[in-house]
Amino acid sequence: MTQQTEPAAPAQGAPPATATAPAPVVEMRGISIGFPGVKALDAVDFRMFPGEVHSLMGENGAGKSTLIKALTGVYGIDAGTITLAGERVSFAGPAQAQAAGISTVYQEVNLLPNLSVAENIMLGREPRRFGGIDWRAMRRRSAELLAGLGLDVDPWSLLGDHSLAVQQLIAIARAIDVNAKVLILDEPTSSLDADEVAELFRVIRSLKDQGVAILFVSHFLDQVYEICDRLTVLRNGQLVGEYLVDELLRIDLVQKMIGKELTALDDLEHRAHAAVVDETDAATFVSATKLGRRGAIEPADLPIAVGEVVGLAGLLGSGRTELARLLGGIDRADTGELAIHGEHVRLRSPRQAISKRIAFSSENRRDEGIVGELTVRDNIVLALQADRGWFRPIPKKKQDELAQSYIQALNIRPGNPDALVRNLSGGNQQKVLLARWLAIAPRLLILDEPTRGIDIGAKAEIQKLVFNLAENGMSVLFISAELEEVLRLSHRVVVLRDRNVVADLENDGLTVDSLLALIADGRVASDDEALDERAPAVAVAAVGSGAGREASAPAGSVADAGPTAPTTPTTEGDRS
Amino acid sequence: MSALAKMASSRLFWPVVMLLVLFAINLVAFPGFFEITVRDGQLFGSLIDILRNGAPTLIIAVGMTLVIATRGIDLSVGAVAAISGAVACSIILGSPDPGSLATVAVAVTVALLISLVLGVWNGFLVAVLGIQPIIATLILMTAGRGVAMLITEGQILTVNSPPFKFLGSGFWLGVPIAVIIAAVVFGLAALLTRRTALGMFIESVGINPEASRQAGVRARGLLFAVYTFCALCAAIAGLILTANTAAADANNTGLFIELDAILAVVIGGTSLAGGRYSLVGTLVGALVIQTLVTTVYTVGIPPIATMVFKAAVVTIVCLLQSPTTAEALSGFRRRLAVRSGKGVAAS
Repeated sequence: MTQQTEPAAPAQGAPPATATAPAPVVEMRGISIGFPGVKALDAVDFRMFPGEVHSLMGENGAGKSTLIKALTGVYGIDAGTITLAGERVSFAGPAQAQAAGISTVYQEVNLLPNLSVAENIMLGREPRRFGGIDWRAMRRRSAELLAGLGLDVDPWSLLGDHSLAVQQLIAIARAIDVNAKVLILDEPTSSLDADEVAELFRVIRSLKDQGVAILFVSHFLDQVYEICDRLTVLRNGQLVGEYLVDELLRIDLVQKMIGKELTALDDLEHRAHAAVVDETDAATFVSATKLGRRGAIEPADLPIAVGEVVGLAGLLGSGRTELARLLGGIDRADTGELAIHGEHVRLRSPRQAISKRIAFSSENRRDEGIVGELTVRDNIVLALQADRGWFRPIPKKKQDELAQSYIQALNIRPGNPDALVRNLSGGNQQKVLLARWLAIAPRLLILDEPTRGIDIGAKAEIQKLVFNLAENGMSVLFISAELEEVLRLSHRVVVLRDRNVVADLENDGLTVDSLLALIADGRVASDDEALDERAPAVAVAAVGSGAGREASAPAGSVADAGPTAPTTPTTEGDRS
Repeated sequence: MSALAKMASSRLFWPVVMLLVLFAINLVAFPGFFEITVRDGQLFGSLIDILRNGAPTLIIAVGMTLVIATRGIDLSVGAVAAISGAVACSIILGSPDPGSLATVAVAVTVALLISLVLGVWNGFLVAVLGIQPIIATLILMTAGRGVAMLITEGQILTVNSPPFKFLGSGFWLGVPIAVIIAAVVFGLAALLTRRTALGMFIESVGINPEASRQAGVRARGLLFAVYTFCALCAAIAGLILTANTAAADANNTGLFIELDAILAVVIGGTSLAGGRYSLVGTLVGALVIQTLVTTVYTVGIPPIATMVFKAAVVTIVCLLQSPTTAEALSGFRRRLAVRSGKGVAAS
């Protein structure tokens, strides 16, 4: 490692930004945690002041989650001390931490979809009356909390009936119901759209004014810079430093996080645009004609040429994921036609799509992607094995080679094929998923939000991979909440709104602003007022696709297409 | 230390320890426990008895393991066992020549074929109609006994057919036939799931059905196969049980055997939540249960206390296997290691 190491102790002089109180509410000193073979945290110091919004920054595997889990009592610490409001504490579990005033909302919603919203909010601390549950008080209290968040949700409706975004806000409502001194929000915005983010920030600010210390963990630099007062940077389990947000340039922050010099992504962009001009193999790989599904997406046309990258842009719920799912065979279309190389096909199952070499990587990594209790190796070979059939097992040696080559090509960490995927960080899980799909040598790769909730380094790696795959002739359909990402990678951008395709544009001189205008403008006065008022900001999605020529053999395709080079970090922050 | 730690962290560790403890208790109460003698070219001894009497439970537990790995459960195995016994006996009784090999072959074949139909029925309810497995198989659990009753017309059918009796109490090369059948079923299941990709698919579907579907795994076909195989296992066990007594009793053949089978699977370390399974674990689990029954007799526990004794042992095994206990133990071990490490440093 060449990067300079900053002093491990927090700068003594740095006062809390809001300066409401001089004493930190949380003070962790010399925290070390080791797992078999890994030093997850190495003598890390961390502190939070009342009435501040603090951000914990670092790449996947830097130790952010581990530090949070140490603070909330999920993990026991091997060394170090934790002080809460001046008192030494040692929590045996999250329940104790919560009772002491530390509440957490995790990235992936950990609630019970089969219970009502009110029950979820009050779970474990239901109001009691005569020894039973006071349902009226429960309803009243949860309605208040929801109203406080500006959420128009019936407390008696089932949690599972709401969108992920709403579930996330309900999880926050649950967390702030406890009299929290410290509120930890782990990637709270990764599934929220711009309006909901603004709403969340309003709530955060009001909590901050009440003196709550808020730990805000996010990969969106813009949001960190908008809401946070101070931040602590971790790298490889070690403390890099503690900084006031106002005094740290974004570019410096990114450098501290990844410990490498930044290489501009401009290069990538130029190459992407150059490729558009090269229209020699514009043969259509897959072509959707009036493809639609009731309640999901209105009939839409979507041709994707061999070697082309098409981006889908649209708000959450605009039909971008729904359209992609039809192409991937996940849902069945009830109208329209799909043709591959001009030949009419019907995709009734993901299995059939896979046999046509169409791979769909879901945005819902946990529920529809990884198989957590299986090993990295099993997860990588799963789709390929399913395609071969159960009776033709891939020899163990071949499996190992396959897993090993993808682990190297995609830089999956830890690089142990026998590790359970469940234990990997989000970014590495995403890479395992990518490896699974690359292993079937797809000709069309559909990536729905492949970079959501993962760190900058992994994000750049995945972007680069997408680019290389397309250059090698594979089609990639790419959905992302970040318009910049879409514009950077796509040859063509298809804009969706209210379940309709509203524009299909060559990516030639397109800007984020022009796309935003398209998404916002000309919107038919919709019956969904909330959607109407939504100011389209950064949280827009894009699906990109490029069609591939001949997909090479699994192991070979890694060598061809996988990025073996170090990552090219990108920042959402510094493109202003 | 690392080898020991590795052993201790294996999910087979506690079941095996339990089995050894039970063996030790038996040895104290009955010094000839490990003795195996050859009489008339046939093996005899307590261990052989355990294997032979435990064979039906083991066979069913093998099928149950695969069902449980898919996040399911099959409560109907006892009823299926009763039906297969009833079918076989009624065919043998109805034939003009009950003692002929051909008659028995026909009876066994028909009984097994019927069990396939029953397994497909369970698979249909679970995989196609999407009924929760515990409810879906409860239907056959209750209805199946009724079907068996109809077949036997409410009688206990006793048959006098040497080839049929051979299935339950015969020997081949000195080894009880029941043990050989169990070994074949066990070996086939292990080969079929671990030498092909079937095992991985079963675990994958058990852990995350939707992700498996999106990866192209044919979950529906898999569920059909697993429930059908389980019913087949149940029928084989039913035939052994019936042949052993040479009587088909619709009410009592295989009564509560589903509980023993589920217990064997759980003791063997396969989680009822589905996913990773261990057939070897199930083997150990089945042996623990059967040894327990033997222990009751050798130690001379009064029959009225048998159930309580069994419950106590099962409770201990479950406690030892629970993640909470494992965590507490590993924390204890770590502290021990730290302390001994310090001791070394000091000296």
